[in-house]
Amino acid sequence: MVSLRPLNMPSLWEKRAMKLMWFHLMPYTELPDDFRDKHPSVWVDIHSSLFDPRRAHHIYNDFMDELEFAAECGFDAVCVNEHHSNGYGLMPSPNLIASALARRTTDTALCVMGNSLALYNPPTRVAEEFAMIDVISGGRLIAGFPVGTPMDTCFAYGQNPSMLRDRYYEAHDLVLRAWTETDTFAFNGRFNQQRYVNIWPRPVQKPHPPIWIPGGGSIETWRWCAEMDHVYAYLSYFGYQAGQATMDGFWAEMDRLGKDRNPYRAGFLQFVGVAESREEAYRLYSEPAEYFYGRCLHVDPRFANAPGYTSEATQRAGVVGQVAQVARMRRFDTLAREMDAIVEKGYVIIGSPDEVAARLKEVATNLNVGHMMLLMQFGNMDKDLAKYNTQLFAERVMPQLTDTFAEWEDRWWPQPMKRDARAPLIPFQLAAMAAQ
Amino acid sequence: MASELETSSVELNGFSSRVWKKGEGPKLGFLAGFGGLPRWIPFLDALARERTVIVPSLPGFPGGERGHTVLDSHLDWVLTVRQLLQKAGLDGADLAGSSVGGSFAAEIAAIWPGSVGRLALIAPWGLFDEKEPMTDPWAQRAPDVPALLCADPERWNELKAEPEGANSPEWPIEQTRANEAAARAFWPLGNTRLEKRLPLIIASTLLIWGAEDRIMPRSYADRFAAAIAGKTRIATIPGAGHLAELDQPNEVAATILRWMKEDS
Repeated sequence: MVSLRPLNMPSLWEKRAMKLMWFHLMPYTELPDDFRDKHPSVWVDIHSSLFDPRRAHHIYNDFMDELEFAAECGFDAVCVNEHHSNGYGLMPSPNLIASALARRTTDTALCVMGNSLALYNPPTRVAEEFAMIDVISGGRLIAGFPVGTPMDTCFAYGQNPSMLRDRYYEAHDLVLRAWTETDTFAFNGRFNQQRYVNIWPRPVQKPHPPIWIPGGGSIETWRWCAEMDHVYAYLSYFGYQAGQATMDGFWAEMDRLGKDRNPYRAGFLQFVGVAESREEAYRLYSEPAEYFYGRCLHVDPRFANAPGYTSEATQRAGVVGQVAQVARMRRFDTLAREMDAIVEKGYVIIGSPDEVAARLKEVATNLNVGHMMLLMQFGNMDKDLAKYNTQLFAERVMPQLTDTFAEWEDRWWPQPMKRDARAPLIPFQLAAMAAQ
Repeated sequence: MASELETSSVELNGFSSRVWKKGEGPKLGFLAGFGGLPRWIPFLDALARERTVIVPSLPGFPGGERGHTVLDSHLDWVLTVRQLLQKAGLDGADLAGSSVGGSFAAEIAAIWPGSVGRLALIAPWGLFDEKEPMTDPWAQRAPDVPALLCADPERWNELKAEPEGANSPEWPIEQTRANEAAARAFWPLGNTRLEKRLPLIIASTLLIWGAEDRIMPRSYADRFAAAIAGKTRIATIPGAGHLAELDQPNEVAATILRWMKEDS
């Protein structure tokens, strides 16, 4: 039985060690075996006939159970993200899920990773919804601001790729001002004009919730994160080996800019599957891993990029986006889709609790990442296995990682209201019984 | 005998735009199509045999630097194209344009009717018909692009081939920039609602369509012809794709020159 966090336990918010965050992509789990042969793309023009809403009812509820379970198990945060027209990401609005989680969790950070700012008109909508989540949760929100992929923004949402980044930066400035300025103001932007900006509610966290930026490997993004003092999160599906070069580049840039090497400046995504033994882990996690790398990354290369989406500086540096990388891997046949190669290339870390702990400690140290975002449900993994993975990790891996990076201060973690000042959340079953 | 090619530049919004000039006789402007003109093409030589051909580069297209980056609205675009034509000495001249350039040529003729003589449009963009949508020119796999734009894919490859010895990352970046500039003005459907302004065009207008155009359906030619107030004629060019001037340079040039003579 999982050991739930006792209510009198010291608050997580004072914890001074590497953060272990539980990330859900919410993949549709019923893509057919012949998906890759019969369908051109998991994203943008994936066919509606593949989507069964009655099945999805259970998928959503299972996934939300898993997120709540991860919070109960003591993960530092639960994470959700935004995708559109996507067969491996069923959260066009992660805010809906985060809002539900705010009511069903108590001491866990809520990381919305995040809202693609340029897609909202006006962008103050994001300032408002994030403020709502921050207030409902008593100040537990991490506000993620991705530019968004070309598939999501330019193709599914029809945004102009040539103006997307400028719109994104302007929306970022607008949201920040909407959160921090005390008086109603007029915003006279290049793309947005609003006579009366004055959002209600205002966030609990002051001056505003921590801002995290999921990004690829562009130097401009690194510099901007450093300048703004935002967290940079590299959300790659290709694990720690492939991520090393990007994170090395990030830290080299921080050195050049005279920033410290505080590991909490960074976040990194890693798939993990833990079991009693490596053999058992291999047996349990092969199918969901092969489902993810075989079916979920099957994106038509014609949607991999949109002209203008990648800046010219980034083109000169030879950096390509994730789906463009997949297209390249396909062309050169280097994308791993079989479990042996998936594990060998480090896309997924599998093993016994001790093996996984040792590997994660090594990854965190090598990449110098203090926010480890763990994908522990992936592909078509069912709820039982996701919970098993989560619980075993919480009980046997987590305790081995409590001292990593304890010497650094995490200035980018939510600062919620004190627990005794927050609304007590009555467990649903009790409330239901009381009502009878 | 046509004169030598002259290259000059004009300044627009702080960016430079290349202007090519060649030939003798009355001026004829040409605004290039999707992809722009990274190099001189035989079609322009064919026009220059009878006319002084003037070819200004649209912002963001090869020769047009990053001028597109300050154009945020359709009004910004048309005002800039208008200034470009004036600065290139084309005010009042006959004007030809292909695809993207054809759309802007039509805009200029609609909004400033006195500034354009005759109009020759090669498969111009700017309209969208849900029943027969224009092909998405951007969401394409790179190897499929040449055959979408030209009947003979080699014509596109020749236009876009990096000059020997160039070996610079700037060449491919410039070609991507041309696609971006087209996207900036026409994303996502190619529809600038030009249809509303077509009735303002009083210039005699020739509509040229490649018989093998795989981007703009042939029915769009009829929509243009029906809406334009001036006299119109449609010419279909066999063996030509969307950028008909690349596939059949002599035939397209001869069609334009012949029609302009007949119209005068």
